[in-house]
Amino acid sequence: MTTGSMDPLDRKLLFVTGKGGVGKTTVAAGLALRAASLGKRTLVCEVDAKGDLATFLETGPLTFDARVVSPDLWAMCMQTEESLKEYLRLQLKVPLLARIGPLARTFDFVASAAPGVKEILTVGKFCWEVLERNYDLVVVDASATGHVVSQLAAPQAINELVQVGLVRSQTSWMLDILGDPTLTGAVIVATPQEMPIAETLELRERLAEETNVDLATVVVNRVLPELFTSSEEALFDRLADVSDGGPLDGLVDTPGPLLDGARLAVTLRRTQARHLARLRSELGDDIPVLYLPELFTRAHGVRVTRLVADALGEELD
Amino acid sequence: MARATTESTDTLEALAASREVLVTCGSGGVGKTTTAAAIAAMAAVHLGGKVLVLTVDPARRLATAMGIERFGNTETRIPAEAFTVAGLEPRGQLFAAMLDTKASWDDLVVRHAPDATTRDAILGNPLYANISGRFVQSHDYIAMERLYDIHASGRYDLIVVDTPPTRNAIDFLAAPDRMAEFFSSRLLRWLTAPYQSKVFTLASKPFMTVADRILGSQFLADIAEFFMLFQTMHDGFVERADAVRALLSDRRTSFVVVSTLETAPVAETRFFIDALASERLDLGAIVLNKVLPPYLRSTNATRTARLLSDHARPVAEAVLGRLGDDAIDVVDVERVLGQIADSFLDYQVVAKREGELRKDLASFADVVASVPYLTDDVHDLGGLIEIGSHLWH
Repeated sequence: MTTGSMDPLDRKLLFVTGKGGVGKTTVAAGLALRAASLGKRTLVCEVDAKGDLATFLETGPLTFDARVVSPDLWAMCMQTEESLKEYLRLQLKVPLLARIGPLARTFDFVASAAPGVKEILTVGKFCWEVLERNYDLVVVDASATGHVVSQLAAPQAINELVQVGLVRSQTSWMLDILGDPTLTGAVIVATPQEMPIAETLELRERLAEETNVDLATVVVNRVLPELFTSSEEALFDRLADVSDGGPLDGLVDTPGPLLDGARLAVTLRRTQARHLARLRSELGDDIPVLYLPELFTRAHGVRVTRLVADALGEELD
Repeated sequence: MARATTESTDTLEALAASREVLVTCGSGGVGKTTTAAAIAAMAAVHLGGKVLVLTVDPARRLATAMGIERFGNTETRIPAEAFTVAGLEPRGQLFAAMLDTKASWDDLVVRHAPDATTRDAILGNPLYANISGRFVQSHDYIAMERLYDIHASGRYDLIVVDTPPTRNAIDFLAAPDRMAEFFSSRLLRWLTAPYQSKVFTLASKPFMTVADRILGSQFLADIAEFFMLFQTMHDGFVERADAVRALLSDRRTSFVVVSTLETAPVAETRFFIDALASERLDLGAIVLNKVLPPYLRSTNATRTARLLSDHARPVAEAVLGRLGDDAIDVVDVERVLGQIADSFLDYQVVAKREGELRKDLASFADVVASVPYLTDDVHDLGGLIEIGSHLWH
């Protein structure tokens, strides 16, 4: 694999996914901010309409029409019905739209009757932006692990299902874009815990088997700091030895919670290290891994997103 | 450490004892599946009877934790030895089953198809294969359908159901209605009209023209065939959808919302609580996972941490005197004390945020139970019971 050494931000289309709750949106927003700060015209899009992306960028509600949120950064949220409208207008030059009744109803039909259509309208929109070179980079805050494969595999599935017609001719160019590792990549976000790491490794297999999308990088979010070196830890053990009241007893008020807290921090970090080691060894050397520190911040917001963007920048340099 | 809140008068134990169905919901990554399994295991051990945990998550680790190789679409009994090994003497029996969407759809078709020809035509339709196997939305309906089926069999005293992540769980509630609505929709009539009568009605013609341009005629024919076949099962479906809905709304069913005390999962939890209320479904309990210990919020300890973070030197010197070890440098002691203090303050930021979020959620349910941050994932039945015991009282 030659793409392993490629900077993920040099691709044109990144699908950021991962197990729910690992910080997909944070990482997607951070990657987009980072790319924009490098002068790349960047579009970031939320696929699950939860509104988290707007929170992380502090923009106010996002719409299907992309708008500038900071220099070189555009943001939007996916609305499949709007995507269908755009698709019909751009691709099929359908002028009779008004006559076929409310589009919403037609859309409901198309989406329910032909599963995969919602997925393809989602993926197709991003491929279209890449095809038209409207942006230097499109970052997609994609669905969680369970759904992203269906989304990315939809053009292939439709291609097999629909033998003729315009939809079929539409899927071919999408497949070309999705399958080109210099253009498109998946970014899997994980936290250093057993299940997210296991799902990351499973997703890598599924991406390879069921889609033609290349895995660009794995981002491990919320990595706890190593509190002590081994000599410091030996010293800590003596400080925390409270068999005779402990060396801190009486010197400071209520030292117990501090010592318990440090022990907890050490244990949590140690557990993480084990999962990180598994990820590293099973992933092999081809896939770059980026590590983002636990930030211990009070709330989400654009300030935190910038911290994430900076941390990503350091990892990518 | 963390325990069930004192505000709540009721307990999860009382809830599990008084219900036939518990549905766990929540955002991804909050430990929903593990919580479902822990509740089921506790019920089997302490309440007795036959308890089933039905999960949509094909987590092999969970199967291993319960002492079985793996479990599939059929219900598998957790062997008594798995309990014995963990030092437990269960009063009842524990079963587990995974929801295999494809197999469950097939069962449904076999059950509702009017004759063998229709059944085989549906099972062989390319669209059917896609709906049942590949695309995610079909999880929603089929999970509830399966739950209904198992509940109606009367084989279990308690069924604990794990659902897909929150937003889907909402779809999941609406799925029976949507399914029923779909079969009586005008669009379905439009779509199948040309194939039924060979005559385009005036209303459907422009629609068909556009649909044909977009999708191609073969695909359209596949769709039409699929839905015409499915229509033969219409009455059975609608009837079942109503029955599923009735079961979910019944007093014997409660929902357990699972969350961690992080901003995004809590926002999802709020969304879910509102949705349950507007659907008039019973929110039985909120379970909070991976909660940091309350000592991190101690005020006295905070003062000490600030002191040590700013100038630990005098304390370091005093400590060194007590340790009486010439090999230790005072600078090292000072640094370690500073690190302990800074780490405490870092974790405290997170613990305080958790405390605020917890307060926000506490008013919504009679039972709010929390499980402390356990350093490792569950590996055996004993681990599940440990989690369960934090929840139970």
